[in-house]
Amino acid sequence: MTKIIYIENNGKEHTVDVENGLTVMEGAVQNDIPGIDADCGGSMACATCHVYVKDDWYEKLDEKSEGEDDMIDQAYDPKKNSRLSCQITVSDKIDGLVVHLPEKQV
Amino acid sequence: MIKTDALIIGAGPTGLFTAHQLKIIGLDCQIVDNLDKIGGQCIELYPDKPIYDIPAIPECTGEELTKNLIKQIEPFKIKFHLNERVDEVKKNNNNWEVKTNNGTKFTAPNVIIAGGVGSFEPRKFPLKECENFENKSIFYSIKDKKIFEGKTVSIFGGGDSALDWAVELSKNSKVNLIHRRDEFRGANATVNKIYELTKSGKINLFTKYQLSGVTGSGNLESIEITNENKEIKNLKTDYMLGFFGLIMQLGPIANWGLNLDKKTIEVDTEKFETNQKGIYAVGDICNYPGKLKLILSGFHEGALAARECFKLARPNEKYRFEFTTSSKTIKNRLGVKSD
Repeated sequence: MTKIIYIENNGKEHTVDVENGLTVMEGAVQNDIPGIDADCGGSMACATCHVYVKDDWYEKLDEKSEGEDDMIDQAYDPKKNSRLSCQITVSDKIDGLVVHLPEKQV
Repeated sequence: MIKTDALIIGAGPTGLFTAHQLKIIGLDCQIVDNLDKIGGQCIELYPDKPIYDIPAIPECTGEELTKNLIKQIEPFKIKFHLNERVDEVKKNNNNWEVKTNNGTKFTAPNVIIAGGVGSFEPRKFPLKECENFENKSIFYSIKDKKIFEGKTVSIFGGGDSALDWAVELSKNSKVNLIHRRDEFRGANATVNKIYELTKSGKINLFTKYQLSGVTGSGNLESIEITNENKEIKNLKTDYMLGFFGLIMQLGPIANWGLNLDKKTIEVDTEKFETNQKGIYAVGDICNYPGKLKLILSGFHEGALAARECFKLARPNEKYRFEFTTSSKTIKNRLGVKSD
């Protein structure tokens, strides 16, 4: 289990334990965290699991997947630290990861 | 008022095969879709991507699958209403009365929602003030390119739509092209053309910039763009175009009195009926224990919903199950010779 911290746009914080091997998106969906829609179910065909990774964490994550930036172009209000949470796999390496959720996904 | 046995909302693979199943059992149907073409997500999101899990078809693209489904229902001459979004569904005695945003009206005992994840709509600028200029100075699609002649147009986006329009409009307008990063996802040839036009001064290219402000009274006058290093540029502009792809919205479906779970509609697994008698949901939009968002599941769901439609459309007749291999009636409907 790895601790992931999701912070809603209104500042509400959710700290949850997510099983290693799942994605940050799946961790949010399984724990009913509002603000992650994940319309396509994790196949990188939409941009509705968009998150902002807290700055110091952004560099520590594995590189973006091929095509991920193309989808982020189509997200709501993309920023420099934007990621699709379905492309971040949970492991011990990212214990304590903080992601901020955008104002909305669609 | 158009009368039909079953109205299908959504012309994706599930909607198309559901139409096939309705016609095979002798029911009439028509199809409405918000997009300007048939095929739903297969055509809009992944026309060129191969699909590997359609039974008996080892590999096909979204476009090929759509073409084959259209071919399969070709004998039935089904009427499509494209570019129309269903806005209202109301009960009137034993029928449902359906109205689209274009004012087309239907009456049918059965309505089958095969709406995927809702209707596709353009992604808009996140800046609230943009709404004030929408459809006056800010557009998300182009109907008449003549209005841009001799004007300054600022185009946002990095995909084919943004790049193609930048190239096209640079012939008769002053074009600013703004994209949030310095890589484009458009076709290589178009990207090269953009760099050429930038070199020759036909296009002003701003990469790693995003919109941060709009000003103007009535019409747009100038925009402010900011890059990662907080450097700000102000650009005089008459028009602004945003091409950020499409988003899927459940839209008016949310107001039809159906039991919803997030963006999906709850159905039973016997007839794929919703909590409203005569309204069914099939494909990605329906939800039940064990639901899989696969095209093959949509085909199964549509086949079962079609059988239930028979009961309401032909209350005095008995539905009899038949195989296409042996039924003379079905072969007649398909217009093929029986042995």
